[in-house]
Amino acid sequence: MSASTVAGMAEQYNYDIVKKFAIMAMVWALLGMSAGLYIASELAWPVLNFDIAEITFGRLRPVHTSLVVFGFGGSALFATSYYIVQRTCQTPLWGGKWLPEFTFWGWQLSIGIGVILYMMGYTQGREYAEFVWPIDLGILVTWVAYALVFTMTIRNRSQPHIYVALWFYMAFILATAILHIFNNLAVPVAWNSLDSYSLFSGVQDAMTQWWYGHNAVGFFLTAAFLGMMYYFVPKQAGRPIYSYRLSIVHFWALSFLYMWVGAHHLHWTALPDWVSTLAATFSILLLLPSWGGMINGIMTLSGAWDKLRTDPIMLFLITALAFYGMSTFEGPLMSLKSVNALSHYTDWTIGHVHSGALGWVAMITIGSFYHMVPRLWGAKLYSTKLVFTHFWVATIGIVLYIVAMWVSGIGQGLMLRAFDQYGNLAYTFVETVTFMHIPYVVRALGGALFLSGMLLMTYNLYMTVWGARREAIDVQDQSAVAVART
Amino acid sequence: MKHESIEINSALLIVLTLVVISIGGLVEIVPLFHIKGTVEKVEGVHPYTPLEQMGRDIYVAEGCYLCHSQMIRPFRDEMLRYGHYSLAAESQYDHPFQWGSKRTGPDLARVGGKYSNEWMTQHLIHPQSLVPESIMPSYPWLMQPLNYGDIADRMKALRDVGVPYSETQAEYDANVKKFGKTLADQFHIPNAIKSVKEEAASQNWDGNPKEITKMDALVSYLQVLGTMVDFSKYNQGYFSKFR
Repeated sequence: MSASTVAGMAEQYNYDIVKKFAIMAMVWALLGMSAGLYIASELAWPVLNFDIAEITFGRLRPVHTSLVVFGFGGSALFATSYYIVQRTCQTPLWGGKWLPEFTFWGWQLSIGIGVILYMMGYTQGREYAEFVWPIDLGILVTWVAYALVFTMTIRNRSQPHIYVALWFYMAFILATAILHIFNNLAVPVAWNSLDSYSLFSGVQDAMTQWWYGHNAVGFFLTAAFLGMMYYFVPKQAGRPIYSYRLSIVHFWALSFLYMWVGAHHLHWTALPDWVSTLAATFSILLLLPSWGGMINGIMTLSGAWDKLRTDPIMLFLITALAFYGMSTFEGPLMSLKSVNALSHYTDWTIGHVHSGALGWVAMITIGSFYHMVPRLWGAKLYSTKLVFTHFWVATIGIVLYIVAMWVSGIGQGLMLRAFDQYGNLAYTFVETVTFMHIPYVVRALGGALFLSGMLLMTYNLYMTVWGARREAIDVQDQSAVAVART
Repeated sequence: MKHESIEINSALLIVLTLVVISIGGLVEIVPLFHIKGTVEKVEGVHPYTPLEQMGRDIYVAEGCYLCHSQMIRPFRDEMLRYGHYSLAAESQYDHPFQWGSKRTGPDLARVGGKYSNEWMTQHLIHPQSLVPESIMPSYPWLMQPLNYGDIADRMKALRDVGVPYSETQAEYDANVKKFGKTLADQFHIPNAIKSVKEEAASQNWDGNPKEITKMDALVSYLQVLGTMVDFSKYNQGYFSKFR
C-alpha cells in the first residue's frame, strides 16, 4: 500500500473519539491518583480527614478506585480499543459519528456523577461496584453501545483474520457485561431513591461480589490490557509477536480459568470450603497462561534487546510485562490457604493490587500512550528524555509502594497471630496500627512519586499535541503565503 | 476444527468466548443457592429492627467496610481477639453482605455488647479521645437528626429481596411464631415509623434523648452485631459439619 493511500485511510478512521478518550484517561489518572495519594496520607496522618464527611477515608476510597479503574483504565481501554480495531480491521469505526460519541459521554458522565455521589454518601457498599443503581443502568446502556460499535466494526473488517488483540478486547467486553449485570442486581428503595438493596444476601452475595471483584481484575484490568500489549508491543518493537500459538493458548486458558478464582478472596470465611478449594486450585493453574502471555510479550523483543537502552517506550512496555509476571506469581501464592491466612485483611493485598495496577496496568498504558498519542495527532513526541525520567520516577515509586505494603501487611499479619509465653495474644490491635505508621508514610511517598511521573507525562503529551497544532498552523500559513505569491 | 475457523468468524469467536467465561461462575455460584448446609441451621438469627437497619445503611454509606471486616476466621488468635468464628447464617439477612476485605481497624462481627453505648458514641465522635493511637476519622455529623421518613420503603425493598418483614396479617402471624411478638411487631412494615421512635427511646443510645440521631441508629446496629446466636447452646463440633 502506498504512503498516500495509508494517509487517505487515516483520514477515514475516527481518531476524534480516540483522542477524546485518551485525554479523559489522563484527566482521570491525575484526579484518581491524587485521590489515592490523599487517602494514603489520611492513613499516615488521620488529621487530614478534617472532620469533613465528604473527604473521610471511607467515602474517598471508592472515589480513588473507581477513578483509576473505570476512569483512567476504562477510558484508556476505550481509546486503545477504538484505535486498534480500526487499524487492524482497516475500516472506520461503525456507528457513524454519534454512537461512539454516545459511549464517550455515557462513560464519562456515569463516572463523574457516580464518584460525586460517593462523596455525598451514596454507595452500594460493594467493593469496585459501589456505583448506585441509576449509574449502573447508565453504564449498562453505554456498554451495550460499546459492544455494538466494537463488534460491528469487526464485522465490517476488510481483513479475513481477527487480530489477536481484538480477541482479548472482545472477551473483556463480554465478561464485563456479564459481571456488571449479575453483581449489580438490586431492588431500589423507591424509583426516586438512590439507595437499593442487593438481591442476594450473606454468603451468596459475598460469592457473587468476589466473582465480580476478581474478574474486574481478570478481564477489565488484565485481559483488556493484554489486548493493548498484543498490539503495541509488536508495533513498538517493529517485530511480530514471539509465538502466535502461545497467544491462542494464552487467550483461551486465561478466559476460562479467571472466572473460577474469585473465591480466593473468601478463604476461611463462612463460604463453604469446597468453593474456596476450587478457587485456590484454579488460581495456581492461572499461573501458566499468565506467564505464557508474559513470555510471549517479552520474547517479542528477542534479537532487539538493545532497544531497551535507547527506547524508553519499550522500557515501559517490557517493565509492565515484568510486573505482570511478578504479580501473577504473587497472586497464586496469596491464594494458597496457608499464605492467605496471614495475608488476608492486611496491606499485603493492597500492595499486590498496586504491583498489578501501577506496574502492569498503568505502565502498559503509559507505554501505549507514548506510542499512540503522537500518531493520533500526527506529531513527534516532544521529549524522549522526559519519558526516561518518567520511567525511573514511576518505577522507584512502585517499588517503594510495594515494599512498604509487604512490610506493613506481613508485619501486621505476624503481630496479630503472635502469642506470648503464657499463650495470650502478644499484641493488641492498635499496636499493629502504630507499627504501620512508617510503612504508610513510605507508601504515600511512593504514590507521590508515581503521580509526579504522571504529571511529567501530561506535560510531555501536552507539548507534543501543542507542537503538532503549531506545526499544522505553520503549514497553513506557508500555503497561504504560497497562494498569495501566485 | 482448526483454530483459524474461529479467527475468521466473529460470531463463532463471541459464542465460544461466552461459553468459556460462563462455566466458572455457574459451577461455583449456582450450587450455593441449592446445597443444604451452605447456611448453617442455627437458632436466634433474625432480621434487623428498623432502627438497626437504618444504622446499617449509615454503616454502608460511610464506607466502614473499607477498614473493618465483619468475618471472624476460625483461627485461635481471631477467636481469642473477637470471639466465635462467623457463621454464614449470621449474615443471611445482610443486603449487601459487609464481610469486608481489609482490617485497617479491628473486625466488628461481634462488637455488639463489648462496649457501652456511651463509649461507642464518644468513640465515633472522636476516636482519639479514647484510643490515642487510632487512625480512624471522627464522625461528629452522626449527631445530626436521622431521616427515617422512608423506613417503610426500605423495609418493603428488603422484603422484596427476601427479608421476612411483614405486610399482611398472615406474614405477621408467621413472624410472631418464628421470632416472638416483640420482634414481630418491629418487623411489621405498617408499624415502621412507630417502631423506630420506640426503639430510639428504649435506650439511651447517644446521650441525647431529645432527638433521634444517626448515632442512635448506628450504635443500635453496632450493638446487635454478633449477638444473635447463643453459642453456649451448641456442641463444639456442631458448626464444623457445615464447612
